[in-house]
Amino acid sequence: MAQFDRRKFLQYSGAGLAGILASHQAPVFAQAGTVHWLKWNDFVPASDELLRKTMLPEAMKALGVKINLETINGNDLQARITAAIQSGAGPDLIMAFNNFPHVYSSGVADVADIAEAIGKAQGGYYRLCRANTTEGKKSLSVPWAIIGAEIAYRKSWFDEIGYSTFPQTWEQYHDAGKKLKAKGRPLGQTLGHTFGDAPTFSYPYLWSFGGKEVDEKGKAVLQSKQTLDSVKFMQSFWKDSFDEGGLAWDDTNNNRAFLSGTISATLNGASIYIETLRKPDQYQTEKGAQMKSDIRHAQLPKGPAGQFAFHLFQSHMLMGYSKNQKAAKEFMKWIHTPANYEKWFVSQKGYSTPPTQTWEKHKMWDEDPVMAPFKLAGRVGLTPGYAGLPNRKAAEVLTKYIITDMYAKAVQGMTAEAAVAWAHEEVSKVYNGV
Amino acid sequence: MLEREGALAFWLLVPTLALLTLFIAYPFVRGVWLSVTNTVVGEPGHFIGLHNFTKIFDDSIFRTAALNTFVYTGVTTVFKLALGLWLALLLNRHFRGKAWVRAFILLPFIIPTVLSTLAWKWMFDPTFSVFNWLFWKLSIINSRINWLGDPELAMASIMTVNVWRGVPFYAISLLAGLQTINPDLHEAAAIDGANRWQRFWHVTWPLLLPVTMVVVLFSVIQTFADFQLVYVLTGGGPANATHLFATYAYQIGVGTGLLSEGAAISLAMFPALLLVVVFQLWYIRRVENR
Repeated sequence: MAQFDRRKFLQYSGAGLAGILASHQAPVFAQAGTVHWLKWNDFVPASDELLRKTMLPEAMKALGVKINLETINGNDLQARITAAIQSGAGPDLIMAFNNFPHVYSSGVADVADIAEAIGKAQGGYYRLCRANTTEGKKSLSVPWAIIGAEIAYRKSWFDEIGYSTFPQTWEQYHDAGKKLKAKGRPLGQTLGHTFGDAPTFSYPYLWSFGGKEVDEKGKAVLQSKQTLDSVKFMQSFWKDSFDEGGLAWDDTNNNRAFLSGTISATLNGASIYIETLRKPDQYQTEKGAQMKSDIRHAQLPKGPAGQFAFHLFQSHMLMGYSKNQKAAKEFMKWIHTPANYEKWFVSQKGYSTPPTQTWEKHKMWDEDPVMAPFKLAGRVGLTPGYAGLPNRKAAEVLTKYIITDMYAKAVQGMTAEAAVAWAHEEVSKVYNGV
Repeated sequence: MLEREGALAFWLLVPTLALLTLFIAYPFVRGVWLSVTNTVVGEPGHFIGLHNFTKIFDDSIFRTAALNTFVYTGVTTVFKLALGLWLALLLNRHFRGKAWVRAFILLPFIIPTVLSTLAWKWMFDPTFSVFNWLFWKLSIINSRINWLGDPELAMASIMTVNVWRGVPFYAISLLAGLQTINPDLHEAAAIDGANRWQRFWHVTWPLLLPVTMVVVLFSVIQTFADFQLVYVLTGGGPANATHLFATYAYQIGVGTGLLSEGAAISLAMFPALLLVVVFQLWYIRRVENR
């Protein structure tokens, strides 16, 4: 056996380190011809299993490239993206949430050729998908899916208080919540610092009253009568109708509270319902029936300015530093081919809504009427920063939780006027800063 | 060459110097440079002077995070020192199973912070808190305590976890300090008629002070830069009530891609920490020279 002593170790490691420092580039470990795909751990584990066991082997066979799928916690994606872009090495394809593509626009390759072709062939992208992924003529990422945010509610409990159809307006929802909370069955909603359920509620709630953080030109216009009305309404709404523990909830608390029968309704993806389908005997109503048969979904109620939604949106960025851009693009084309994408879409059972309109007609939506509202999720979704662009400024407002915190401060005792003034000042600083 | 002492010393120091340069000096200098540029993720940026600092000092969330960090560090340090010292004095006595108890005391310090903090998160859960369940069963409360949802309680909760995690470090370090004190001194004081409190105040405490100052120094630095605990428990919420320098810097630098502003927020804690370190080192030297 060849001897490898300390002297040699130092020589080799020193030379290696010098090489890395001289090239200003971190070592790339991925083999050429291997596409490294980084995405979140799916809330529907069966879909990741399908990718690993069936779809990726098929893709590798069809394309002749190796595909390395890595899944991590959704909250950790941004740290990985930042590290990858700054070091110029890492996965070739990375999943982005919402308007991340705008935040990382200078670190991604233009994918207009494949994204436009997919959109055109499949009935066109929804407005929110296009806004989140395009900058002028450049496509920053390939839209993947919309995680529809709908209110999951207990049908029998709403029936009991006289709402056989789900409340259509915020006033009705307030009234229903008041009656339900009096029975020990409050509504559940987070106003905490959590990336999913907090903004997907607070943003459309603001929009539905006519409030906006900026106008079309990017001027801060949050301080308005409409915003003030929304905050004043929230103060009594929160106290009368909601589980007040929601100020500390993350994206999983409402799932647990709902499944344990503590709350009567909550804005969420379809994961609560899907969990009751997976374990029908574990989750039961107070009468001993399976909870899955008592769950329905509805859109957020209407406000004076209309009905809105802010869904979690996913797309895939082809990284600018990638040495395998051609293979990665071929893989994106392959997986978005209807016959292939369909397999993944069906495995989601409606948890994900595809980004293009053709899929509204898919037969899967007819299989379970409880999931039907998710079919149209893409139609009403808007993007952070509305009525402006979902750019880096909008991302900063979103990441700082300014809109959510405006409501959180108001329900914690700050006057509505002061909460709006605080939020407006913070939004103005973000938009007027360098 | 190895015969000359100076040259040998230099070459022996080279690996350490190289490591310090690579892993401490370089990131620090790079951080300082970043903070005076307008770098965002993927774009190199250019020099903009102190603009990032004026921006963050004008930012109410930053001011809240700064105040929170000082309060968090101050309060937890007092509690950790008091409880740690008390525990060290107890552990310094002779009793059966002493070695086991000392080992167990270290558990909170040994368990990875993220894991133990997740357990605390479940204990503070707004809906299923075991504390609420216990207090309710004992008829102490009749409605749920919103541990992490109320601004003051949330801060108190994260402080509690920090104290729980930090006390063992104080206890074991101070215990080591206590064991270096010669028992003859206590005996002499006792013979001279000193009571327990007088023996502690005039014998134990002065001899323990240098160790205590070093322990406090390490602890203040660590607590000031605390991240994992708040990130897991509250994410800085509700409404920024528990944001610290580190969590806010992460939010801005990584969450928004504003690397230069994130660096400025991180560096903002540097002058305060430097003052603390300089004062404590000066004090330690003064105590040692007495």
